[in-house]
Amino acid sequence: MATRVAAEMRVARGAAGQTLFPRRALGNTLAYVALAAGGLLIVFPFVWMLATSLKGPREIFELHFWPQVPTLDNFRRVLTTTQFPRWFFNSFVIAAVTTGSVAFFDSLTGYTLAKLRFPGRQVIFIVILSTLMIPTEMLVIPWYTMSVRLGWIDTYWGIMFPGLTSAFGVFLMRQFMTGVPDELLDAARIDGLSEFGLFARIALPLVRPAVAALCIFTFLGNWNAFIWPLIVIQTPAMRTLPVGIALFSGEAGSAWHLIMAASSLAVLPVLAVFIILQRQIIEGVVLTGLRG
Amino acid sequence: MGARRALWAYAFLAGPLLFFLAIRILPAASALFISLHRWNIISPEKPFVGLANFREILSDRLFWKAATNTLRYLIAGIPAQLILGLGIALLLRRIVRFRGFFRTLYFIPFVTPIVAAAWVWQWLYTPTFGPLNRLFDTVGLPPQAFLRRPEQALYAIAAMVVWEYIGFQVVIFLAGLDAIPPVFYEAAGVDGANGWELFRHITLPLLNPTLVFSVVYGSIIYLQLFTQVLNMTFGDQGGPLGSTLTVVLYVYIQGFQRFHMGPAAAATVVLFAAILAITLLQMRFFSRQVEY
Repeated sequence: MATRVAAEMRVARGAAGQTLFPRRALGNTLAYVALAAGGLLIVFPFVWMLATSLKGPREIFELHFWPQVPTLDNFRRVLTTTQFPRWFFNSFVIAAVTTGSVAFFDSLTGYTLAKLRFPGRQVIFIVILSTLMIPTEMLVIPWYTMSVRLGWIDTYWGIMFPGLTSAFGVFLMRQFMTGVPDELLDAARIDGLSEFGLFARIALPLVRPAVAALCIFTFLGNWNAFIWPLIVIQTPAMRTLPVGIALFSGEAGSAWHLIMAASSLAVLPVLAVFIILQRQIIEGVVLTGLRG
Repeated sequence: MGARRALWAYAFLAGPLLFFLAIRILPAASALFISLHRWNIISPEKPFVGLANFREILSDRLFWKAATNTLRYLIAGIPAQLILGLGIALLLRRIVRFRGFFRTLYFIPFVTPIVAAAWVWQWLYTPTFGPLNRLFDTVGLPPQAFLRRPEQALYAIAAMVVWEYIGFQVVIFLAGLDAIPPVFYEAAGVDGANGWELFRHITLPLLNPTLVFSVVYGSIIYLQLFTQVLNMTFGDQGGPLGSTLTVVLYVYIQGFQRFHMGPAAAATVVLFAAILAITLLQMRFFSRQVEY
């Protein structure tokens, strides 16, 4: 369904483009120039961060852009003298577990709300949807007092419990599950598939692109999460990557070459994932953004 | 048969509902409760104080500073984001080659960990050896203090936030532009409308839902600004003379550095009210259907 709409959009765009701009040649060149200039501005901070991370401590305050004597020493020092590897591992565990949990619970909830008839269906949906309006900042104080009372401070569970479900994900999955044909489910029911089997073996495979988009966003969101981890983490070993970099940089003061190396190490995996999955991510933004 | 299926539905929903109740709904109620009490983590006595916490923050000069700053971020950031985002999207639709490449390029900041980006930007802005002042120097402009100067710091951060979200806005606008049926342009083209007239009378009105979404999304981002501010002005939180302080940073300082949970919770209730108002406004806008 999504591909058909996309194809129609492509046709529409082509037709509109031809009638919209009669004086193409000059305008086109200007468009490329403007886009390239903007693009340079956008990537400059990254290129500059990478360049700096390869400079020696004496070279970093010198004028030239590119390191004369590139060195990996900053990276070595970040990896050996700070707890960077541990922070990386912490972030990975937390992002992976929350992504798994959101993918499972949100698609199950979305399926149930879209495809099963039962009393209270609408009310439950509205209640879940309304939680979207509550800002995280309002919840962190109660989460904190709750975590203190229950001993969750400084634990993996404490860092990740707020991310285990997502109202937005439920909304998204319900939208997509609505498109699963009832006849298909009924046929499988007659063949003796259990209710859970219908969800896992019929509905879930049909909405796989939506689940993939949800997984990518959940992973990125939890990988980059800052305010709650900052509050709930107390010991350096439990820090996630963003908290580790923020506090390490605060402590490292003017050790800019180390800060830039640490930032490069934090950015590179995300960029790599993005470049591999960029089509899904950008189409996911369109799907999720415009339906929200 | 129907009853059995309803039982399955409740079984599927039990886990997620419990989570939503325990992690979102009850804590939101609890934040309201805390905002009406004198709440000290260590003392067991938590007397009801009515609106005293609200009165306290409303008479706190720093809260007003945070509130007006937050508004200033909104006013500076949203138009810039909107105009640049729409401009880039329109340019992207003109060009045929490298469209995907540029779209990806502009989107990269959106998936980058904010903390890492914030430190890079902090160095870009460094007065003595930052690349921005070097660039100013080469083109003959006087050096600027950026984050160190009360009148500039807020806008320096706003620029970074615009940089971060520009790719998201571009993608949303591209999708919005794709949804405009090309027949309108064709008809107007036959009538002899020029490029500006097409933009003014067809693109803008038909793009209205996308514009509303973009403004609302942007507003919520700016209302919840925290990570960038904390990380770009780490040494003196809230920047020079509190010039970059936001409401969420105020909540963090009150609640988690001074442990004044009552006033902090009261500030989050005010934030919630602002976000609720914007969301309701959005729903009103969206329920008005665009007539073709």
